[in-house]
Amino acid sequence: MSSVNPGALPQSDEAQPKKRNEWPLWEVFIRGQHGMSHRHVGSLHAPDADMAIRNARDVYTRRNEGVSIWVVEARHIAASSPSDKGPLYEPSESKVYRHPTFYDIPDEAGHM
Amino acid sequence: MYAQMIQSEATAEDPDKLAAFEARIAAGEKIEPKDWMPAGYRKTLIRQIGQHAHSEIVGQLPEGNWITRAPTLERKAILLAKVQDEAGHGLYLYCAAETLGVSRDELTEMLLDGRMKYSSIFNYPTLTWADMGAVGWLVDGAAIMNQVPLQRTSYGPYSRAMIRICKEESFHQRQGYDIMMKMAFGTPAQKRMAQDALNRFWYPALMMFGPSDKESVHSAQSMAWKIKMNTNDELRQKFVDETVPQAEYLGLTVPDPDLKWNEERGHYDFSEPDWSEFFDVLKGNGPCNADRMEARQQAWAEGQWVRDGLMAHARKRAARRVAAE
Amino acid sequence: MTAPAACPDPALFEFCLRMGDNTLVLGHRVSEWCGHAPVIEEDIALANTALDLIGQTQLWLGLAGEVEGAGRSADDLAFLRDAWDFRNLLLVERPNRDFGHTLLRQCLFDAWHLEMLTALCGSSEPRVSEISQKAVKEVSYHLERSADTVIGLGDGTPESHARMQDALDRLWPYVGEAFLPDAIDAEVAARGIAPDPASLRAGFDARIGAILAEATLSLPDSRFAHQGGKTGVRHTEDLGHMLATMQFLQRAYPGATW
Repeated sequence: MSSVNPGALPQSDEAQPKKRNEWPLWEVFIRGQHGMSHRHVGSLHAPDADMAIRNARDVYTRRNEGVSIWVVEARHIAASSPSDKGPLYEPSESKVYRHPTFYDIPDEAGHM
Repeated sequence: MYAQMIQSEATAEDPDKLAAFEARIAAGEKIEPKDWMPAGYRKTLIRQIGQHAHSEIVGQLPEGNWITRAPTLERKAILLAKVQDEAGHGLYLYCAAETLGVSRDELTEMLLDGRMKYSSIFNYPTLTWADMGAVGWLVDGAAIMNQVPLQRTSYGPYSRAMIRICKEESFHQRQGYDIMMKMAFGTPAQKRMAQDALNRFWYPALMMFGPSDKESVHSAQSMAWKIKMNTNDELRQKFVDETVPQAEYLGLTVPDPDLKWNEERGHYDFSEPDWSEFFDVLKGNGPCNADRMEARQQAWAEGQWVRDGLMAHARKRAARRVAAE
Repeated sequence: MTAPAACPDPALFEFCLRMGDNTLVLGHRVSEWCGHAPVIEEDIALANTALDLIGQTQLWLGLAGEVEGAGRSADDLAFLRDAWDFRNLLLVERPNRDFGHTLLRQCLFDAWHLEMLTALCGSSEPRVSEISQKAVKEVSYHLERSADTVIGLGDGTPESHARMQDALDRLWPYVGEAFLPDAIDAEVAARGIAPDPASLRAGFDARIGAILAEATLSLPDSRFAHQGGKTGVRHTEDLGHMLATMQFLQRAYPGATW
């Protein structure tokens, strides 16, 4: 449901597509419980930010999923490109000491 | 199963990129919007997700037909919540399709001018309250057969939409069966309605899986790309095997004289639906094709001034804010 | 009067019917939009509003049945009374017409409903207060949403503005009924169950005035008010058609359970 930077339009059957007055696309982030971070849950269309928040409440919290909503217009999101995948993420892969399972803690020490 | 007869297309691609792409899919990796993908993969997905989304939206109509006649306040609320979920599912799917570079309005126009299709099942009328039961039980039941495996589909946004949809849909089939139980165990008139609904929806539900695709090239391509997870026949058999005992529990008769348990196969043998009827419905000659399309065209046309009005107001507000700064 | 002679508290019964019939009839009207709204997001939002109103109906009519003490359930009251026994405001039974008309009707009702429920939270009747405390949260959101839509469409394009002004001119004569007290209102007010309806007018006028000003819509001069809904004396022709649809199954198959 992420709508970040869609790829090129597939070839359209129409040579000259009609001009549309489409509502902008918004990405919706919801914090489900107090203390958790906002998480991307999906997208929707709305004329402006206020309506996007209301639409998000109606669309994405129908089952009491959220306590806090963020919306951001999809075109304002900057995303890493797939070719960055190596340089951006690989260095952290070697820093295994950031992960708790890196450490062997004897059972006698108790839960940690 | 809301995607029927989706044509996949193989396109001429850089063989190295294609091989890397197919290796990723084979390894169970998800393809994300900005990743390289063959044009055919993109086009096939747009067709399939678009058709699925259209089916959810058109699918609001046959059940919406009974919201104002629901027999109790609770039934009215349940049905409304269910049809509302379908609108939500349409929305999630359109958003998934939008990540492939086609806008929702563009997809909508393609539905309304007939370039894109929706599932054949929604071209059948809902004539009695028991149809609300039959649609939930059989139509949602058939849809779930297809949607559960699609949670593992290779395209990330589609997979995530399907996960959310499956989670929300869990009550849909059950509420349908619950209605069927009330009807089948109710007054003689209610039982008659229940049997009549099963009679009318059985074969259209079997058609939802599409004709046999064992030999289909398109299916093989889509399955290799993990856009399609099972063959139509596999899913249809699974549906029949699960549904027949449910009908027996209700004391209803499946309208197929040749239906019988095949000990050797470990499956039910059953009659094929009338495929000429299926192709007629696809061509626009189902009982409700014209009405369904007209309802959607009308909603879209009559909504234009609303969409334009709210957009114009948003622009004015933004301009006023800039002017005030 | 629908309450049988034996009803221990006819005024409270009647008051609950008025609240519950408003939400029943409006919830029904809003649900008629399902599958036909201008955009999917609005379709979903309208369904949420209708679902809230149906839920409130179950509570109000449930309480009405309890007060009446004749064994009638919320469903019995909703599906087995004829139009003259309905106690809703005429405003809510008016047909949907277009989306703008529907949302303006919603906004006018929400603004009254919010004033009313806010006052009812302090009702001397604990069951009334309890229902209101749940409903007032839902209705605050209904008003937020309907007001914003009215503002957006009023201050949108020339076409949307014209349609909203037309809707306001058509609906305004149905607004006044909500604020005109009768004997039932006087009794429940005297007992501290509900406010005097007239006392809600100033708050309503302030809210609606601000919304309409931002929507660039002009309030009609006339304060003429059609009446007959909440007393049941003279409903509009539309209610009977709505009930014919809504009550069809219960009427055609009496005694069946669904």
